[in-house]
Amino acid sequence: MIDIKNITKSFGDRQVLAGISDSFKPGQTNLIIGGSGTGKSVLLKCMIGLVKPDSGEVLYNGRNFLTSDINEQKTIRREMGVLFQGSALFDSKTVRENVQFPLDMLTEQSTSEKDDRVQDCLVRVGLENAADRMPSEISGGMKKRVGIARAIVMNPKYLFCDEPNSGLDPLTSIKIDQLIKEITDEYQITTIVITHDMNSMMEIGEKIVFLYEGKKLWEGNSDTLTQSDVEELNEFIYANKLLREMNH
Amino acid sequence: MSRIGNYFIFLGTLFRNREKMSVYLRLILNECTSIGVGSVFIVALVNTFIGAVTCVQTAYNLTNPFVPHNIIALIVRDSTILELAPTLTCIVLAGKVGSNIAGELGTMRISEQIDALEVMGINSSSYLILPKVVASVLMFPLLVIMAAFLSILGGYIAGTLSGVITPEEYVSGLRFDYNPFGVTFSLTKTVVFAFLVSTISAFQGYTVSGGALEVGSASTAAVTNSCIAIVGADFLLTQLMLT
Repeated sequence: MIDIKNITKSFGDRQVLAGISDSFKPGQTNLIIGGSGTGKSVLLKCMIGLVKPDSGEVLYNGRNFLTSDINEQKTIRREMGVLFQGSALFDSKTVRENVQFPLDMLTEQSTSEKDDRVQDCLVRVGLENAADRMPSEISGGMKKRVGIARAIVMNPKYLFCDEPNSGLDPLTSIKIDQLIKEITDEYQITTIVITHDMNSMMEIGEKIVFLYEGKKLWEGNSDTLTQSDVEELNEFIYANKLLREMNH
Repeated sequence: MSRIGNYFIFLGTLFRNREKMSVYLRLILNECTSIGVGSVFIVALVNTFIGAVTCVQTAYNLTNPFVPHNIIALIVRDSTILELAPTLTCIVLAGKVGSNIAGELGTMRISEQIDALEVMGINSSSYLILPKVVASVLMFPLLVIMAAFLSILGGYIAGTLSGVITPEEYVSGLRFDYNPFGVTFSLTKTVVFAFLVSTISAFQGYTVSGGALEVGSASTAAVTNSCIAIVGADFLLTQLMLT
């Protein structure tokens, strides 16, 4: 479980996060949605320790990540898997080497154990035939899947996905969403997805948190998403013409 | 000034929270190949011609008939060992190696590869940069030794082929009043320059924020700042060690 308590963050005079608090349960896909510039990615980075919030707490199963010493932080980090918006694959390594990298750096497993684990993860994301290709030789959707494989190779307890569908076509987006949902259910991971993709919200939004101007304005799920009376949320959801016409 | 302060803070992060030694050994070997072997051609080419030009220009300026011709070789030797080989070679390497380091790290920064390392609990600055610094400190002196040899050889070839000096006069000049401390001075400078080039270039690339334009600017800044640091350190070391 991940608990965030009163997270605030400003950059200069601009307040990006104004006291966000919430809890995210394991075995559930938790979505954080909102328009561009509302602080979603900054909140994610505060949770994974890439940005230090001005105040607040981030608790991983009761352990305060921000006040932990470096060894405890390392332990918590090794329980995380992160899928970045651009996949963040290492250019100089093959697909296999990218997925194996956390095992090489963070475990003492034998070569055969690592090979088996990497193969399992690549099969899981459907890329067992692309193992020896370089990141520059694969498509955007394949990069995302490699990113997911690398994020889960260490059997994480927490999975963070920063806009996993950005730049993908609708069909590939659905496949990525389904993969995230399956992995969350199968491994009972606490999954947090940053997105503004409507389809993701409807498909995998077991819990949805809507941020607006750095504040949490609404919380619900895919069933209640289209039934709220929060004006800003409705403006966000029905910004898309297709959805507006379907709603009418 | 804050940028200089951040540079020193950055240097401190290189040595904290390091990974296991076997990881570094493999990375250092790879970097040695890239920095060392990959720079042999340009260093050899530049220094051979510099030695040739130094010899011919010295001969051109030496018009006094009472000055023996072997002085040409002495001047080529001392200017090569004391200054041209270490300083010029490191300036060339600042352009080649420095821009490569800054560009590589800058691209990794903007594509979140460095963030990916950090969230795994790996000290990205130590993992990515320390091997480059160690490889530079190891390989730059070897390249400078090669550069000095080729520069003196270039002077020999140019001098003898153009007829400004005979082979016997050239060798006699090389042996005349030789002070081995010049080599110690040259290699000491080279180690300092190697550290400056690799760390300044790495700092520029590692702290990039923005896009491709900023990566390009960082690469340029890496080269210019490295060159400024080299000439500044050159003067300081010359004052400290030769006076």
